[in-house]
Amino acid sequence: MPSAPGSAAARAWNRFTPAERLARFAVYLAVVAAVVVSAATVEFIPEFVYDAPEQMRDLLVRMWPVDFAHYPRGVHAALVETLHIASLGTLLAVALAVPVGLLAARNVTPVPALNYLAKLVLVSSRSVNSLVWALLFIAVFGPGALAGTLAIAFRSIGFVGKLFAEACEEAHPGTIEALAAVGAPWASILTHGYWPQVKPAFWAIVLLRWDINVRESAVLGLVGAGGIGVALNTAINLFQWNRVAVVLLAIFAVVIAAEILVTQLRKRLI
Amino acid sequence: MLPPNFEHWDAILKGLKESLEIAVLASFFGILIALPVGLLAARNLMPAWVSWSARALIAAARAFHPVIVAILFVKAIGFGAIAGIMALVVASVGFIGKLFAEAVEEISLKQLEGVRATGASFAGVIAFGVLPQVLPRFIGFSTYQFDSNVRNSTMVGVVGAGGIGAPLFVAFQRFEYDVVCAIILAIIAVVFLAEVISARVQRIFGA
Amino acid sequence: MAQAALAIRNLSKAYAPGQFVLRDLSLEVAPRGVTAIIGPSGSGKSTLIRCINRLVEPTAGAILFEGRDLTRLKGAELRRARARIGMVFQEYNLVERLTVMENVLTGRLAYVSPLKAWLRRFPPEDIERAFRLLDEVGLSGYERQRADSLSGGQRQRVGIARAIMQQPRLLLADEPTSSLDPKTSVEIMTLLRDLAAGHAIPVLVNMHDVELARRFADRIVGLAGGAIVFDGPPHALSDARLAGIYGGESWLH
Ligand SMILES: Nc1ncnc2c1ncn2[C@@H]1O[C@H](COP(=O)(O)OP(=O)(O)OP(=O)(O)O)[C@@H](O)[C@H]1O
Ligand SMILES: [Mg+2]
Repeated sequence: MPSAPGSAAARAWNRFTPAERLARFAVYLAVVAAVVVSAATVEFIPEFVYDAPEQMRDLLVRMWPVDFAHYPRGVHAALVETLHIASLGTLLAVALAVPVGLLAARNVTPVPALNYLAKLVLVSSRSVNSLVWALLFIAVFGPGALAGTLAIAFRSIGFVGKLFAEACEEAHPGTIEALAAVGAPWASILTHGYWPQVKPAFWAIVLLRWDINVRESAVLGLVGAGGIGVALNTAINLFQWNRVAVVLLAIFAVVIAAEILVTQLRKRLI
Repeated sequence: MLPPNFEHWDAILKGLKESLEIAVLASFFGILIALPVGLLAARNLMPAWVSWSARALIAAARAFHPVIVAILFVKAIGFGAIAGIMALVVASVGFIGKLFAEAVEEISLKQLEGVRATGASFAGVIAFGVLPQVLPRFIGFSTYQFDSNVRNSTMVGVVGAGGIGAPLFVAFQRFEYDVVCAIILAIIAVVFLAEVISARVQRIFGA
Repeated sequence: MAQAALAIRNLSKAYAPGQFVLRDLSLEVAPRGVTAIIGPSGSGKSTLIRCINRLVEPTAGAILFEGRDLTRLKGAELRRARARIGMVFQEYNLVERLTVMENVLTGRLAYVSPLKAWLRRFPPEDIERAFRLLDEVGLSGYERQRADSLSGGQRQRVGIARAIMQQPRLLLADEPTSSLDPKTSVEIMTLLRDLAAGHAIPVLVNMHDVELARRFADRIVGLAGGAIVFDGPPHALSDARLAGIYGGESWLH
């Protein structure tokens, strides 16, 4: 805030107040301490690291020539399965995340207890990695694409629900109050008040998560939850590096294609 | 599965500690590398050949899930935390680099022009014209990536790249689901803690 | 005018090949006083001003300033020349997220190493001068406010302080009052004129408002179609000459 005009004597100026400086300094100190402690205790075998470029080159050499003939036999079906896992998982996640997100949004559901409960659900979903979710569902349903789909879905609920709830909370209260004022029922406040406002954000969130899920579903096979990761795992375990290469190329192509698709769709929808 | 079995809590603690170390080091080096790479990738500040090279690097870093990158590093440099750190550094550079480049491309050129017209050097223009406009978002991305690295650092162990992931996977394969449950609860606690810290840091830096 | 502060010789500018926005324009600016450039929209006023500090690249001609041809400077030399030329913008062009003080200190960036600038370690005499300038532009006590929290008039005061902070030997202003209300416009023009006079800096200013130009300029230059069609003291700017600059006369009455 403006203070009285300064005197002619030399005036000092600092970008931050002492309290701000202290807080920043504390963060810097904490970062340095964390890095130093981590670097000091993490297991570090220098020979391995010096060797790394050599080993990397060796790996690449062993991948050549890429075994493209393997694609129709062992990769294509797995790739399609990966896309199915990602898409079904996203759909399921959206179906579950929308109600939870509505419960978490403080303006839609003005009941603090329900908000916290919903937030707890969302946080737990996000805190568990999709690989862990996959392990859990494999324990229940056995290995395969079902476990993978559920893993993707349960990991995505937290992500979609959190962002969806935030979008709802940013909704302009004007139209909603107007609807409430004329005694509109709860359901039509949702469909006529909130939905038009959160629709662009909703589609953006769904597309973003689908894009992420395409990448994630490619690794689920490493623990046996279906998709192209299974093909990758098999090839690696058998040291068939030419096949590893074709799997990696397939993943790369699908990821790029998904990103292009999402970019195009986002332009259309939003 | 219930109740969780915390009998091996010292092993859990050791694994968690290693995961956190992986996350801290990967975030530190990843952010350090992503800052210049993201700047170089901004098409409004850099000549086309520079920004396209940087963009290619970012795209390559983003192409694969960190766990897949971790497999490759494990194969190349052997089992252990270093492979996990390297995999997460790659992921961090890809994620922060991309978003940071986009943020730099959205800055107001008017503000930049105001600084440039004073005769400031390129570094001066970056320090006073570009960074003030993008730093809050950069800090936002970085803290988000730290969260993300904490999550993923608990997973790279599944493929042998260090951290809590290895004991988790082993417990699974032995059907010791009560141990699995304990480990997962511990992971959730750590991830939650990381989110709280990130939010606090963002507030201090006005992001 | 042997020792003009600025001498523009046969300056031409074409953004697209063959389409000239400035045509063979020559102009000298005296070491004192306010020179106002008026002219219809699109006549090339902004282009002229921005050619001088090379925010726009001239196509042909010479711009002499402190014994050097600005059109030939590159890299560090160009930056050194820019540091000697202050510029005030229509939309202020402050760095919104920085404080008032940081924006004013931007005027010293050319003289401080990037690292020291980043750490905000400016020499104490710079900080002292910035404080005095803030007093002069009427923003005492605002040094910690962020630029985006200021009103338009206050922002332009910061813009002026930033330009004067450079200790320039020439002050350029591209429609400094066009985003402001009439009263604030007069205040800003008064400040610009008096501050420049106090620091003995010549001012070259683009203006939309003919009355404001008449009131504050010592000399008025009329631009039309990229060429100078009037050059004289304000009292010589008759309605007939105005009609010559802007075309037609119905708008005069
Ligand atoms: N960056 C640019 N690229 C191409 N053409 C431009 C550019 N800037 C200006 N022009 C063109 O040059 C001409 C002169 O523009 P200039 O901005 O110098 O006019 P002005 O006299 O400042 O107008 P105004 O009073 O509206 O600000 C216009 O026809 C404009 O379209
Ligand atoms: Mg103009």
